[in-house]
Amino acid sequence: MTVLSRQAFSVETRTKASSVFAIVAGLIVLLAIAAPFIVSRGTIQNLFFILTMLVLAQCWNLLAGYAGLISVGQQLFVGCGAYAMFAVVTLAGLDPLIAILAAGVFAGLVAVPTAFFTFRLYGPYFAIGTWVIAEVGRLVFAQWKALGGGTGTSLPREAIRHMAGIDFLKAASGMKSAQAGDALTYWLALILVVASIGFFYWLLRSKQGLGLAAVRDNEQAARAVGVDARRMKALVYLVTAFITGIAGALIYVQKQRISPDAAFSLLDWTAYVIFIVVIGGIGTIEGPIVGVIVFFLLQNLLADYGSWYLLILGTIAISTMLFAPKGLWGLFSSRTGIQLFPVRRILKVGTPDISNSQDIKGGPHG
Amino acid sequence: MALIETRALKAFYGDFQALFGVDITLEQGETIAIIGANGAGKTTLMRSISGVLRNDPGSILYRDEAIGALAAPDVMGRGIAMVPEGRRLFPSLSVEENLLVGNYGRKVAGPWNLEAIYGLFPILKERRHKPSTALSGGQQQMVAIGRALMSNPEVLLCDEISLGLAPVVVRDIYAAFPRIRETGAAIVIVEQDIAQALKVADRIYCMMEGRITLTGKSGDLHRDAIHKAYFGADGHEPA
Amino acid sequence: MNLLDTLLQGVLLGGLYALFAAGLSLVFGIMRLVNLAHGDLIVLAAFVILVLVSTLGLNPFLAALIAAPLMFAAGWLLQFHLLNRTLGKDMMPPLLVTFGLSIVIQNGLLEGFTADSRRVSAGWLETASVPLGPINAGVMPILTFASAILIIVALNQLIYRTSVGRAFRATSDDPVTAGLMGIRPQSIFALATGLAMVVVTIAALYLGTRANFDPTSGPARLIYAFEAVIIGGLGSLWGTLAGGIILGVAQTLGASINPEWQILAGHLAFLLVLLFKPRGLFPRAVD
Repeated sequence: MTVLSRQAFSVETRTKASSVFAIVAGLIVLLAIAAPFIVSRGTIQNLFFILTMLVLAQCWNLLAGYAGLISVGQQLFVGCGAYAMFAVVTLAGLDPLIAILAAGVFAGLVAVPTAFFTFRLYGPYFAIGTWVIAEVGRLVFAQWKALGGGTGTSLPREAIRHMAGIDFLKAASGMKSAQAGDALTYWLALILVVASIGFFYWLLRSKQGLGLAAVRDNEQAARAVGVDARRMKALVYLVTAFITGIAGALIYVQKQRISPDAAFSLLDWTAYVIFIVVIGGIGTIEGPIVGVIVFFLLQNLLADYGSWYLLILGTIAISTMLFAPKGLWGLFSSRTGIQLFPVRRILKVGTPDISNSQDIKGGPHG
Repeated sequence: MALIETRALKAFYGDFQALFGVDITLEQGETIAIIGANGAGKTTLMRSISGVLRNDPGSILYRDEAIGALAAPDVMGRGIAMVPEGRRLFPSLSVEENLLVGNYGRKVAGPWNLEAIYGLFPILKERRHKPSTALSGGQQQMVAIGRALMSNPEVLLCDEISLGLAPVVVRDIYAAFPRIRETGAAIVIVEQDIAQALKVADRIYCMMEGRITLTGKSGDLHRDAIHKAYFGADGHEPA
Repeated sequence: MNLLDTLLQGVLLGGLYALFAAGLSLVFGIMRLVNLAHGDLIVLAAFVILVLVSTLGLNPFLAALIAAPLMFAAGWLLQFHLLNRTLGKDMMPPLLVTFGLSIVIQNGLLEGFTADSRRVSAGWLETASVPLGPINAGVMPILTFASAILIIVALNQLIYRTSVGRAFRATSDDPVTAGLMGIRPQSIFALATGLAMVVVTIAALYLGTRANFDPTSGPARLIYAFEAVIIGGLGSLWGTLAGGIILGVAQTLGASINPEWQILAGHLAFLLVLLFKPRGLFPRAVD
């Protein structure tokens, strides 16, 4: 009698490298938390810049690299989040921390009609559509006289001085108000980075994430196996809008001064972000991390060269897209096979279970 | 010197090998047929010769010139025209425009021009300004053949021109072939319809799984031998 | 606030927007490529005209005539050597490469010409006007509109009545089978972009003489071009003219209420059309 041998199959994503990395990452995060007590205020400001750009890059990467939504209008959500925060703090007198959360919600709400309009367009026209709506946002908020209209306004100093937690921090560490403020926004940025990367990684490892990857690779085929592509894309669009809104609000709590042209700037919130993701590597979580480091180094290197900086950055991005479309991390990963945030499903076949069978004979095919 | 000669022709789609060393020849003025079941590699062979697929330079010779690695426009310019599988007319173009685009890459004097094509397939003249998609399958096939003839080719490659057409329509189309042969073109037809192939061709090549399994003059080949070469040793009649 | 005058201004402005959009429409129709650097190329052409006018003392129309073949060559080379490499099933490479190109062009111009606002002088033509019934219409806007119509007629003739036009349409349908006809898709695409650059040069002539421009003026022009194409409907050049006119009229109407609302009014018209007729008002393309 032949009995089919029972084999154990399991689907895993964990690899040896990723397990090592998880420990290293934990250590890095611990170090990062301690940073405001160790390094200078200037360094904290730089780290803040890196962290917030990283959040924006991870969002854009999820949109373009996984949902196939190439947006050049994410500055809409940065601006809306920033202005919502300003409105809540300046006009409603609430604490900036609450305002930041409200900003995220507002950005998420703005994403609903935005998605409604832009999803009617396809491909490159979708991209320009998102840009147009961002422009509408800029022009509309420039009409809001109570928040400075076209020239902009500043956060009231009292609001920042008495942000939740600042007094405690000043007493505990001896920092002055401004430095404490920077430390607080830095920690918030750190929380945002860890939370969003954690969330994205969880999402990509989940069933929804698998569906998302299917939609990116071949939308028709994905639909054919029952993936609701439209709903998936809309959800991703809304979630990234929410996170981008929070990031925008946080950025402007730190900057303390806002204007429509700055908050809705295509260059700062889309061009730089796209360059970061392209150079680092689209479609992986590691890519934007690599990209933001390279971007920061380049910016410091070329800061004095005005337009040459952007010229070179643009040229590097074009070259990367043409010759190394998977970016720096993609090059590294394909050479070494290392994945730090592995999302690829690996089928692991276990040993046959022979404890319960009487007779195991192979069939004609082994 | 053969007009076309393939030498140990191999072809790949990525990692998948579709042709495993195919040798065929085509002499001036003759008509040969390539027969075989689906997936035998017939269309791959046509695409290799016409330049849609790139191969080793020396594996395809045209008048002793190595054309294996040339792209389609270059192959077509030398006088090898293809009637592609599935006809592939241009939906944005009318019937006449489809014909006119046929000699874009090769304008030589010869027996075939717009009037001559309309003489061969009169029904097309009536429909000349209609969008090509508005025609029946058989008429579209006529347009596809006419489009290839417009370049006055030395070699005409016809890939599965009977596919999807009713037998009476197929007969009408093949009825035009003697006129085409008269003008001196050598013809390669790819067919699943063995009877039709035997009728119209001087020589047959039979293919199976990327290899030539049988070749000979159409009059000389026995039905059993063809059957075996077509379906394989333990094959069976299709349903 | 003369309503008739406002409407006429809007219609004539539509001619300019149609000129911006015609090149974009042509390239998209043939190779499904939207060049995000399109607006910046218009500005580049405007600077070329400016240089020819200021260094050679030429009349702007003559300068445009000389600039046109230069821009044709630039477009041909750009498409053949750079943009052709991005074409394929994935839409990300062309989008991101042309986006990068947009940044590169803007900053290259900034380095070469500084951020100063420029204008090309058209001499007496700038202020000349012609009476049309109860209102006066500027000569330059009329010339702009007339040029738009001429270009569209010429392009349609090219596409529907010439051998090259057949090759364009065949390649757009099926590049592989077009190859079997002896058409080389790579060259056809380069030709299309070259032609688009000639149209861009004419658009630049009228942009440069009409208003101030600087190296960062590109993106706004791209947006107007895009809006005109979407309002009018993909695949139809006359539709693009209609789209441009609707956009122009929306803008001038908005401006007549409050000058700050000009651009916003245009965007709102675009969104309205997108809401009710997502394929545009006169769609023709088979997608």
